[in-house]
Amino acid sequence: MIEVENVYFTYPNGVKALKGVSLKIADGEFVAIMGQNGAGKTTLVKHFNGLLKPTKGRVLIDGVDTRQVSVAKLSRKVGFVFQNPDHQLFSETVEDEISFALKNFRFDEKIIRERVDWALNLLDLVQYRKVSPFMLSGGERKRVALASVLAWDPKIIILDEPTLGQDSYQKERLRQFIIQMNQQGKTVIIVTHDIEFVVECEPRVILMANGRIIADGETREILTDPELINRSSLILPEITQVFTNLNDLGFPRNVIGVYEAKRLILERINGRT
Amino acid sequence: MAIIEARDLTYTYPFAEKPAFKNINLRIEKGEFVLLTGPSGCGKTTICRCLNGLIPHFYGGKLEGELTVAGLKTTEHAIYEIAKHVGLVFQNPENQLFALTVEKDVAFGLENLGVPRDEIRRRVDWALKITGIYELRHRAPFELSGGQQQRVAIASVLAMQPEIIVLDEPTSSLDPLSAKNILEVIHQLNRDLGITIILVEHRLDLASRYANRVIVMRDGRIVLDGEPRRIFLQRETKLIGVGIPKVVRLYLSLREDGVNLNKVPLSPEEASQLIAEALMLDRS
Amino acid sequence: MSIFDGLKFRNISSPIHRIDPRAKFIYVCVLFVIAVLFNQLIPLLILLFSQIPLVIIAKVKREWLRLIRGSIFFATLIFVMNVISLYFYGNYPSVAYIIEYSLAMTVRFIVLIESFSLFFLTTSPDMLGLSLEQIGVPYEFCFAFTTAIRFVPVLAEEAQTIIDAQRARGLELESGNFIRRVKNYIPILIPLIVNAIRRSLELAEAMESRAWGASEKRTNIYVLKMGKKDYLFILLSLAMLLASIYVWMYIKIPFLTQILQI
Repeated sequence: MIEVENVYFTYPNGVKALKGVSLKIADGEFVAIMGQNGAGKTTLVKHFNGLLKPTKGRVLIDGVDTRQVSVAKLSRKVGFVFQNPDHQLFSETVEDEISFALKNFRFDEKIIRERVDWALNLLDLVQYRKVSPFMLSGGERKRVALASVLAWDPKIIILDEPTLGQDSYQKERLRQFIIQMNQQGKTVIIVTHDIEFVVECEPRVILMANGRIIADGETREILTDPELINRSSLILPEITQVFTNLNDLGFPRNVIGVYEAKRLILERINGRT
Repeated sequence: MAIIEARDLTYTYPFAEKPAFKNINLRIEKGEFVLLTGPSGCGKTTICRCLNGLIPHFYGGKLEGELTVAGLKTTEHAIYEIAKHVGLVFQNPENQLFALTVEKDVAFGLENLGVPRDEIRRRVDWALKITGIYELRHRAPFELSGGQQQRVAIASVLAMQPEIIVLDEPTSSLDPLSAKNILEVIHQLNRDLGITIILVEHRLDLASRYANRVIVMRDGRIVLDGEPRRIFLQRETKLIGVGIPKVVRLYLSLREDGVNLNKVPLSPEEASQLIAEALMLDRS
Repeated sequence: MSIFDGLKFRNISSPIHRIDPRAKFIYVCVLFVIAVLFNQLIPLLILLFSQIPLVIIAKVKREWLRLIRGSIFFATLIFVMNVISLYFYGNYPSVAYIIEYSLAMTVRFIVLIESFSLFFLTTSPDMLGLSLEQIGVPYEFCFAFTTAIRFVPVLAEEAQTIIDAQRARGLELESGNFIRRVKNYIPILIPLIVNAIRRSLELAEAMESRAWGASEKRTNIYVLKMGKKDYLFILLSLAMLLASIYVWMYIKIPFLTQILQI
């Protein structure tokens, strides 16, 4: 469980990135933290594995104050996949890359081998085992970065802008993958401004703006609210935009999916005949 | 005469086993707004690099066939010559801005071309105003947001007054609102200044409303080429993994159930308009 | 790192900021010459204090003082070395003399550093690059210079991100013996270097795409023109130089110890 208690955070250069943030994320939840670039999303999640410590207030991971424990210890539980895999990759082979964290966490040799095999299989990277990560394509490098974090099986997984630069096929794969991880009991937290992706996944949405949480609830309530969308400098989901324009004809505003949209239109048409 | 013409174009990167693309045949007329899309690795970024001569002059490798851009055969002219006619805006805004102030960056290309100072000043101010960043001209690129940086990149290419501007996934690192705004700017360049636009994009929900033509690539080949509404209807588009806008999916879904909207919508505004029309008809 | 604060450009407006870099550079050279000219404490102290009004006008008091604080280590070193060498190897009239002389050398060191500080605090890297261009340094060097400066904050931020990313994979930078600690930096250096190379390739592409190398005669949107204030500044600096030379040649400057009869 992640508990954030009235956290304030100011960067050394004086920027006030978090201004009184409180929230609770229970085990096994699937959460999307959304907002404009600069709203404080990444700053917030960096508190979950101790990379940042609050200037005021506190963050508890399973009851332990993050200020009392090292980043390495917290990372055992909280895996963080950074936005740009090129900020992590440095090994000679994909295998070495995946075993890096396992070695740091002092896993047994035998366990390391098992976990590396498992991670390679899970992310479809078996044929690249002995290949240098630098020789792989952008999408493949992203998978290696993900594999290297999943390898140590953290119970909480944070993905920072996982859909950046991905084509629709890759995004669909990612979506299925996230759902799979969540079904296996992992707490999954994604930091993103990709509205259409979130609409497909329908997680709990925490909306941030200017260092504060301005909304916390279901995708459907939050991403269809024009006022909230405005305050966080996002845009309404495509289908919601369509129905917002049709509101004067008596249609509801909070429609997000293609099939429910069709159903509503058909009902209206059939209602006449 | 077409402003871009490719004939049997094939390119292999140095040390690569197979070509990045093969036998590309393409004709683009002046003033078109072309949306180039396809799954990752299909060759669209490579095509962009050919259009201003980075391939073959900067990258080396083997370029076969013929590519003529604004009347120049790219193999026979240096990049700096082609750059006067073709501007290229890259994906990552940060790595294409070198100067310590915005206006110096926008002036960079003109300075390289040896344009006289007062002409530089005139064109820089003009480009800054069109892209809406005149007030930012004394700021440092590091202080700007991604969207603002991308505008600076566009302005610095625009200042050279090319006939063609190629943009390689310019919105990929931007949030949706900034993405929308940048695409509006690009649209204005096409509509108001007549600049031919080649836009490589995944975000078809935001970009397709501006294009008069969509080209879909896969595995180094052009598989679909035509008007957006027609292309999105074709089954192959979805199979290739191109992210069709949700409003198009809604159109297709309604059609399956016998409701035919008057045309394929390319934006939410169009979609709601068409749905309203369909409902009015049924009211009679 | 406070030593570097005193050498980084402070982006504010002041009369000193507006003076042409070339004029300021002449001033720095003059300070240099005068500092080297005199051995005695009194003139060196006067030289040091004469910079203070300029520092105040330039509104860079805090950063300037930070540099002094940062250079305390080296200043003390110089002081001690001078004391030792004079005591054992020099002929000296008194202990007080040793102290005064060593102090003078220390003050000279500080004056030299501080003169650079004022220069860099009040001259933007852009203007610096431009003045290098205008005095004839080949454009490639000026460009490399200003581009390097432009990317310093970017690279610093990237280094921090890489450190964070690797720490999040269990890398503990502070633990272990010396060899272990050096090895711990490999996962940080490699991505840093690889990304720097990638970045330079992207920059090169962007440069080529904006007609780099198109013309032998590159023009510039900015131009540095020397105005009345700049010439006045140069004149004052030269006057200071001449006056100092005169004093040095014709006036015998007493040591403080002599005045105080120690």
